[in-house]
Amino acid sequence: MDTVVLISSVLAASPPIIFAVMGETITEKAGIINLSIDGSILLTAMVAFVAALKTGSTLVGFAVGMIAGALVALIIAFVSLTLHQPQVAVGFVLTLLCRDMAYVFGNPYAHVPGPQVSHTPVPGLVKLPVVGPILFDQDFLVYLSLLAVVLIWAYMFKMHPGLKLQGLGERPEAAFARGVDVTRMRYIYTVVGGALIGLGGASFSLMVKPGWARPYGIEGTGWIVLAIVIFGGWRPMRAAVGAYLFVALQTLANTLQSIMPYVPTQLFPTLPFPLMILTLLLVTVGNAEWVNRALGHLPNNPRRALVRTLKTLQSSPPAGLGTIFKKE
Amino acid sequence: MAIKPDTGTSEWLLRAVGIVIALTLCGLVLLASGAMPLDAFALILEGAFGSSAKLAYVMTAWIPVLLCSAGLLLTFEAGLWNIGIEGQVVMGAVSATGVMLALQNTLPPAAVLVLAALAAISGGALWALLVGVLKLYGRVNEIFGGLGLNFIASSLTVYLVLGPWKRPGIASTSGTQPFPPPLWLPAFKGFNVSPIEVLLGLIAIAFVFAGLRGTHFGLRLKAIGKNLRSAFLMGISTHRSILLAFGLCGALAGLAGWVLVVGTSARHNLFPLVSSGYGFLAILVVLLANLSPVWSTPISFFFASITMGSLQLALQRQLDSSLGGVIQGMLVISILVTEGLRSTRFGRGR
Amino acid sequence: MRVELKNITKHFGSICANDDVSLCVEPGTVHGLLGENGAGKSTLMKVLSGFISADRGEIILDDNVVQMISPARAIDLGVGMLHQDPLDFPALSVLSNFLLGSHSGLVPDVGRARRELRQLADQFDFHLDPDVRVSDLSISERQQLEIIRLLWLGVRVLILDEPTTAISAQQKAKLFGALRMMAEQGKTIIFVSHKLDEVEELSSQVTVLAAGKVTGVVVMPCPTNRLVQMMFGKTVALTKRQPAPLGEPVLQMDGVMVRDWRMEMKGLCLEVRAGEVIGLAGLEGSGQRLMLQACGGLERPLAGRVCIGGNDMKGKPYRSFLEAGVAYMAAGRLEEGLIAGLTLTEHVALAERSRSFLIDWNSTLRKTVGLIGEFNIKGDPAMRVEELSGGNQQRTLLALLPRHLKLLLLEHPTRGLDVESVESIWGLLLERTRLGTAIIFISSDLDELLDRCDRILVFFSGRVAPPFDARKVSVEQLGELIGGKGF
Repeated sequence: MDTVVLISSVLAASPPIIFAVMGETITEKAGIINLSIDGSILLTAMVAFVAALKTGSTLVGFAVGMIAGALVALIIAFVSLTLHQPQVAVGFVLTLLCRDMAYVFGNPYAHVPGPQVSHTPVPGLVKLPVVGPILFDQDFLVYLSLLAVVLIWAYMFKMHPGLKLQGLGERPEAAFARGVDVTRMRYIYTVVGGALIGLGGASFSLMVKPGWARPYGIEGTGWIVLAIVIFGGWRPMRAAVGAYLFVALQTLANTLQSIMPYVPTQLFPTLPFPLMILTLLLVTVGNAEWVNRALGHLPNNPRRALVRTLKTLQSSPPAGLGTIFKKE
Repeated sequence: MAIKPDTGTSEWLLRAVGIVIALTLCGLVLLASGAMPLDAFALILEGAFGSSAKLAYVMTAWIPVLLCSAGLLLTFEAGLWNIGIEGQVVMGAVSATGVMLALQNTLPPAAVLVLAALAAISGGALWALLVGVLKLYGRVNEIFGGLGLNFIASSLTVYLVLGPWKRPGIASTSGTQPFPPPLWLPAFKGFNVSPIEVLLGLIAIAFVFAGLRGTHFGLRLKAIGKNLRSAFLMGISTHRSILLAFGLCGALAGLAGWVLVVGTSARHNLFPLVSSGYGFLAILVVLLANLSPVWSTPISFFFASITMGSLQLALQRQLDSSLGGVIQGMLVISILVTEGLRSTRFGRGR
Repeated sequence: MRVELKNITKHFGSICANDDVSLCVEPGTVHGLLGENGAGKSTLMKVLSGFISADRGEIILDDNVVQMISPARAIDLGVGMLHQDPLDFPALSVLSNFLLGSHSGLVPDVGRARRELRQLADQFDFHLDPDVRVSDLSISERQQLEIIRLLWLGVRVLILDEPTTAISAQQKAKLFGALRMMAEQGKTIIFVSHKLDEVEELSSQVTVLAAGKVTGVVVMPCPTNRLVQMMFGKTVALTKRQPAPLGEPVLQMDGVMVRDWRMEMKGLCLEVRAGEVIGLAGLEGSGQRLMLQACGGLERPLAGRVCIGGNDMKGKPYRSFLEAGVAYMAAGRLEEGLIAGLTLTEHVALAERSRSFLIDWNSTLRKTVGLIGEFNIKGDPAMRVEELSGGNQQRTLLALLPRHLKLLLLEHPTRGLDVESVESIWGLLLERTRLGTAIIFISSDLDELLDRCDRILVFFSGRVAPPFDARKVSVEQLGELIGGKGF
């Protein structure tokens, strides 16, 4: 397959994952885990599609999708921050509930054609060799997703509020001592993250995989998003890399299937999952004691090289992730 | 009115209020999707208890959920989130089917069933141990390890059903060739539920209840769940206990998989989605029961009836059967909320 | 800025932490706040710095009554507190820590912040690299960063809560020098401690708290025993250690090498005999914890041998060490020792490490009651351990240990405990040495080390001096060794 076409297709399919990964990175950086992503992506996709269908406007669809994602996130924030219930519990229940709600309410709209986001090539820049067709011959959402990654990175690492976000996730008590309203900020970032997840869901049903069906076909993607956030070390740039890699894998899976028809069809769609376990393994195994011991036995030079590789791969979560913050 | 903390009645009052609110919300959901709530609830009840055959289906769904709940109580006690339970049920069913396909013509049915049960228990236990090993030695969070293995298990099933174990003639995703009646669990006369299934489920939950309270293993799990480091320093073999918890849960889940294949009212074959989401349903049950073995028993029955009953909604009112899932999810959320309100407003929690 | 606290009262449930406490500090002075653990010093300062709100009372800054609603508000008003464990962000850089929470606008002027960080640090002869991660700094450097950060934010009142717990003598001298300089510049310094000599050295005036009340306000100099009287209401006699006859070697360490992410230690050698008490001294993070963990099987040596009671423990896991008669008590009682949420009885059942399947709750309950009596634990069997006080938690940990131990390893056994608890804990420990248990413990309390040990090993930056007799060295010499002299 032509590389330019391949990269171009990867970018074209990437916005939903990018938005969801960015959203969850922000949420987890603030210290909250939104385990409901798999369900909320489905729910927001359905809701966005139905809204767009009813009003004829994709813009309304996106707005409704974002609001739905924000509302689900708000529930998680409320139950964990104000009611002090475990985030994993409420997230898990919501992932099932949102999926079921999506199926129930989406039932009448399955296989119904609806509005889609239109192709918007950037005039002039499209003509550039290589870069042209890859970067500038895309849908509006792709440009938006690229912008989102850059903006979020800039916010986190170059701006004071972003610095506070890092501090918030890292050590909430110290952030509090510096004037950060921990609970309020966690609410805000969780809801913002949820809105981005909603944007991701809407990007599915209004662009990448238009329409709605039961099952929709993206079931399980939300869990991969969570894994990508870990792989990304809770940093926007690295998480984006993980997202593009995943989309590339999915795109390749379709092509590989046509090249290798003798391989059972079930293999390719499930390939991301063992790969996910493998990457998570690589990314966190450096922490394991037996690994360090085994490394200790190696002679110095290969050991240092391996340690450095492991350290660059390694991710450690923001220390405040999943913890409860009590003021007094 | 001052509500005293930890008073039995005020707790139950709060929970009852939560459940009422949850049911009201469900009613609203039903209205929004074009059904009359009372009509829908009545349909669900009818779908679950309307005839002895239907009740048999409910009990057929109840036992696997009960078995999984029993297992999950162990892992939850140790602070583990065994989301991989779905895959463990599937692997139990796969192992059982494998043994039965291989031996059904060479050994007497009773022996085949017993061997299949043992295979199911081992298959489920092994699958769960994988999650444990990944967690303890690979530092892979058990949620992700479990999820990944769930997907692998279901893909394996699809492969087997369409490949080596396909029906003679046509490969169909409706499953393998169904097993003949001698390989079904024997039932009561006129009521298609086997006493063996029911006994297994009840014994499992009773054992877990006793084990958590009265054995050193149970106390160690509790210690590990509350403070892993301190438990380790006190000399508890934390790795062994965690792996044992996973293994036991997987074993019970595997047994649930066996019941799903050989139970009297089961479909008697292996098919994709054989676990039917019962593993996840068990997680909901245990959360709703607030990790109590005593309450998990009736709640799993209640949830099984909702799941079975809501199939009627799809058949008779063109509503999606996921409505059952919506009701179950709402109930658990309501309990989480009321638990939260209780512990934050009304004094010390558990 | 003149600081006045008037009639501050604060209750935590039924406990009265501050009972009508009044305090007055003039600008340009260092005021000492003295009292033993639990006297109410930390509570009072948390009220002043905005972390807690008092039930009753007023805070007056320069004749204005103010409301301290949050720590950030307190800083705005000019009051900053340096905590024992500085409230910084370990994963972020020094510069990021410096900037976070300041009035730097949306996009901070990083260049200007760097310059000002440098200027402030130079003023006090602090050496801080702006791009280093805070987790790589020592506690002393983290304190220095926090101090100049607070000064940058414009605080005029600086409260220091037990700042010298984990720093060397040299670092302490530098800190005190900086504090004196700040006082000369007109700042108000409040120095909280339970260490008499430091309070005497630094303060011009001292307020003494005991059991939540003010028991005295004195101008320095003031005779030590008067301060002790005000702190305790009585003089506590320290039991002198009776040297016990030593037995067979219990621990033999030979050429051991251990490594962690911070340092590597080579050639560790030590022989400890039954009944001996060995102290590991040094600044926190100098390697003593690493060595202690190697003795206890929690850290696997990369080279060398560790023998317990004559048996080579090479490659054996922690549980084998437990079975060989070793016990390890970590510093964090609720983090690495007891299990919050479980009752005393449940702990006793767990500590049995029984091989049997079922728990005999009746006999366990009886055993628990017996232990409570024997170890003088103020609590009942059904109580959860987090409800016990620090001293009682420590006694519980000791009660859970097996009857006969060859080797007992302790990290900071009496940290944070009042004098009476310290005495009773040491009583229990010395009883064990009479039965033949050898003890190795880490401590930052020089008096404790000199009074209780037979031999002391001093650690500095991953190197260890050969053990010397505790009776043959003075406090000053020990302090110098800890500070690095001679390494």
